Parts: sequence; structure tokens; C-alpha cells
Amino acid sequence: MTTTSSALPLPASFAFDRRVQRPLVILLALAAPLIALAMGKSWVRVLDFALLYVLLAIGLNLVVGFAGLLDLGYIAFYAVGAYTWAFLASPHFGIHLPFWIVLPLGAAFAALAGIALGFPTLRLRGDYLAIVTLGFGEIIRIFMNNLNQPINITNGPQGIDSIDPLTIAGLDLSRDLDLFGFQISSLLLYYYAFLACVVFAIILVRRLQISRIGRAWAAIRDDELAAKAIGIDTRMMKLLAFALGATFGGVSGGLFAAFQGFVSPESFSLMESIVVLTMIVLGGMGNLAGVIVGAIMLTALPELLRHFAVPMQMALFGKTLLDPEVLRMLLLSLAMIVMMLVRPAGLLPARTRYAHRDRRNA
Amino acid sequence: MRTENSNAPILEVRGLKVAYGGIQAVKGIDLTLRKGELVSLIGANGAGKTTTLNTLAGVVPHSGGEILYAGQEIGKLPSHLRLRKGLALVPEGRGIFTRLTVAENLQTGAYTRRDTDGIAADMEKVFALLPRVKERLNQVAGTLSGGEQQMVAIGRALLSRPQVLLLDEPSMGLAPLVVEKIFEVIHSITREGMGVLLVEQNANLALEVSERAYVMEGGRVTLEGTGKALLDDPKVRSAYLGEDIAELAAA
Repeated sequence: MTTTSSALPLPASFAFDRRVQRPLVILLALAAPLIALAMGKSWVRVLDFALLYVLLAIGLNLVVGFAGLLDLGYIAFYAVGAYTWAFLASPHFGIHLPFWIVLPLGAAFAALAGIALGFPTLRLRGDYLAIVTLGFGEIIRIFMNNLNQPINITNGPQGIDSIDPLTIAGLDLSRDLDLFGFQISSLLLYYYAFLACVVFAIILVRRLQISRIGRAWAAIRDDELAAKAIGIDTRMMKLLAFALGATFGGVSGGLFAAFQGFVSPESFSLMESIVVLTMIVLGGMGNLAGVIVGAIMLTALPELLRHFAVPMQMALFGKTLLDPEVLRMLLLSLAMIVMMLVRPAGLLPARTRYAHRDRRNA
Repeated sequence: MRTENSNAPILEVRGLKVAYGGIQAVKGIDLTLRKGELVSLIGANGAGKTTTLNTLAGVVPHSGGEILYAGQEIGKLPSHLRLRKGLALVPEGRGIFTRLTVAENLQTGAYTRRDTDGIAADMEKVFALLPRVKERLNQVAGTLSGGEQQMVAIGRALLSRPQVLLLDEPSMGLAPLVVEKIFEVIHSITREGMGVLLVEQNANLALEVSERAYVMEGGRVTLEGTGKALLDDPKVRSAYLGEDIAELAAA
């Protein structure tokens, strides 16, 4: 059995009283882009992306952390969501549907893709499941890359550009908003829109975790035979985990396409799947707060390196010894090794990994 | 014509075959189990006992034959629907949730039910049957002794209110005294009217307590009879009870 208690005690700052913690987190989430804006617009952009990754991490955590199904091709659902938006809201096909049609459709297609992946893999576990899901992720990417002939559907490696931005009630989020003489940056608008999605996702997943479904997943994760013995429909529950997890990926993908205005197969490589999985493992698999922290940290890391690594090396050695991209992988790997040694359950480990008990004893 | 309806078999298996890939693990066996009856399935390692039990519970698919539960064919039903009908499995190695408390483990047994009052009543019944479990209610199940874990596993299965209990090696790895306690519990369960199909390696004990028994060998039932008759059978004695035929002949 894995031990959830880790070698290191939590730093005191994490052990805050809940009543202080919650308003603080909310305040931080609301104020973060304003602080970032003071440091430069590119940092707000980083935060926007961080929120998209948070959505992805929450979705993947549903599959890997809750139901215990190791999925290495999760980014495929992100791709399905992104391409759905690109097809239905861009000059590529000349279709321009509003977000409230495109986003649910993207989520639905992603869920279908999730079921398509789940169905043939129902009897696989662990390493075998990981291999099949990895292959699935690559299949989707290769399709996107090659479906420009005989009929041009995806526009191949060039990708699709000039994608419609997110427009809510006539408000185009890609343009700066002029409010009583104040200029509100488009990046800020996107941030709050994404934040709303993330908050909705968190509430949904919390409810789900303490529901019958959440408990059934925990049972399957811990002992599939026992889960069957107590009458859980394990087929149904696994498919549900894949479908719901994929839904989050699809929504995040759609938002990504709208935000970026451009999608190409390059954005959906195997590396992306692994990065999202790393976020979960680093943050604390099965624990929502941990997963969110992991996602934000790993999105910010390469940007920080880009900003500080090169100038620092220049100052120290007079030349750039390590490219930021190389350094990023190096640090990521190092971080993983250190984590496995000192905090195997993640930065913020799931307390008991049975959420319903957390709630009752809270 | 049958005079007593309760005497009709609750579980009837005809020509059951199970294959893993190309390998036939169970090669066509017949079994019957009546309400209130304790029947055991004994045999050496790899004889197909556990496979048979898992197949009856719907955890492993069968490749031939019929499984009749209360006269209905259930061979195609998935495991959770068989449990709803009243066929509960206590898997080999107990299969309890080690990180949940005892109370929570018992509650998972009632996963298929929604009648809160009925569950509470059955919980009391389980406590009466397994007083040890009641003492340990708030303990994390993984910290219990092997015997206590087995009792939790049985209690959990009972909370689904089954008609038939499939028990896979409840004596595994337990001290003789504890095994005796477990068998007392099994006996009380049959007195409540449940049918119990028991898979055991401890042939001696199983035959002593069972009304009837089947001896499995290489995926087939090679012998069947009342527990007493099999206990006296020289073939059984030599193969499963560790007695030498030559020794018997000399005596």
C-alpha cells in the first residue's frame, strides 16, 4: 500500500486555518492578473495559459487521480476541443457559430472520443492502458497533421488561423475594453472568463468526488475485484471517467483555440500530455488543490526561465551555456526525481484520498 | 413432483466451461446449491476452484454451459447485476478497502441499496453475527488482523442482502483458532437460510462442516458427495488429507 503521509511535514504556510485560507485564495485569484499586468502584459498571457492548464489538469486528475486509469494521451481531447472550435468558428470553412454552441459541441466530441478510447481499453490496467492511450494521443495528432488531403479538413501542418475569438454577449474578448475611459486589456478579460470556467470546474469536480460516482471510482482505483464484488458497474464507471475527463480537455481546447486564434497539430504533441501528467504528479495526485498548484507552477516555470536564465548566465559566464528549453526539461526532471524521493504523494498530497471522509470529519 | 419449494436449488450450474485465452481452466462442471445449504469446492492448487467462483459471480466470463439462479439463466449478466439479484462474492484475499475504516467498508457493501432503514437493520444483524467487527468499527481496515479482515469482508457481502454467498478461501493465512471462528460464522449464515458455496484448501475442515462437497481436479469435478462420505473416502484422504494409502492398508 502507498503511504499518504510523506517524509516532509507541510510548511507552516499551508497549514493555515481554512477560514483564512479560502478568502486569501479567492483574493489572490482575482488580483493575480493585475499584479502580473504591472510586470508586463506577457505575464498576464502566462496566467491565461496557466488557467487553461489548470482545466486540463483537473480533467486528467479525474481519470488518473480519482479512477486510477493512467492516460498518456490526454492531450488528444484538448486537440478535439480546439479543432472543433477551429472548424466551427473560423474562415477555414466559413462557419462562425457562437461560443455557446461551439464550446458544448467541442466538449461533446471530446467526450465521445473519450468513450471511443475507453471502450476498447476497459480490460486494460496500468502499463498496458498507458501504452494504448499514448498511441491514441498520437493517432489524433497524426490525423490532424495529415487530413489536408484528399479533402482539406484540418489544413495539415499549417494549421488553422484567424479563428474567432471568444465573444460573450456581444463583448469581443480579443479587444481591449473601454470602460468609462479605463482601458481593460483583452488578456484580463480572457483571464476572468477562464477563471469562471475553472471555478465552475472545481465546484463540479468537488461535488462529483463525494458523490456515488466519485466513491465508485475510488473503489475501482483501490481494488477492482472488490469494486465488482460490492456491485459497482465498473465498465460504466470507467467509461464515465474517460468521458468526463475528456470533456474538461475539450472545453480547455476550445478556449485555447479562441484565445490563441490559431491551432496546429504541433500544440498537441506527446510532450504536452506528459507535461499535464507531470503537473498532477508534482502537485499531488487525487487532490484538487495540489493539481491546481502543480499546473500553475509548471506553466510559470518555462516563462521564468526564459526571463531569468539567459540574463543570469550572461552575467555569470559571459555566454549562454544552457538554452532555456533544455534547462526547463532538466529542471523538470530534477524536480520529479526530488519529489519522488522526499514527497512521493506530491506537494499537496491527497489527505486520505477518500474525499467523502474529509468532508464528514472537517 | 417436489413437495417443498424451498428445496429447489437456488443456484444450478450445468456444463460450465471457462477458458483463459486458449487454456481451459474449467472443463464443464455441474453444481447445485440449495437455500440454507453449505457446499464446498475442494481441490489442489490450479484445479479451477477460484475460477469457478469468480465465473459464478460474473467477474470472469464463461465460455460454455449454463448458470441458473433461482431458475433464471444469469450467465450473460455483468457482476453488478448478479449482486443485485442476490449472488454475493467474498473474493480471495478478502478484497476489502484497506484505507477505509471498518464502518465505511461495511457501508460499501450496501452500494446497490437505497433503503436506509433496511441497511441499518442489516448492519445490526451483521454486528450480532460478528461482534468483533463492531468493536473495530472506526479502525482503518488495513490495520486489522487477517481474521478480522475476513470478518469485515463477510460482513460487507452480507450487507448486500444476498441469497447466495460465494466464499473464496476464508481460511487463507489464518491461525486455526481464528479459522474455527470464521467457520462458526459461516454456519450461522446458512442457518439464516442463505446458500453458501465455499472454496477451500483446508479440505479436512471444509468436509467436516459441509453438507455436500465437490472435489475438483484439473478443471473437472472428479468426486462429489456428502461431506462425511468424502471425508471417509480413501482417495480423498490420500490426495487431500495427507494420509498414505499404504499406511491405511497396513492399519
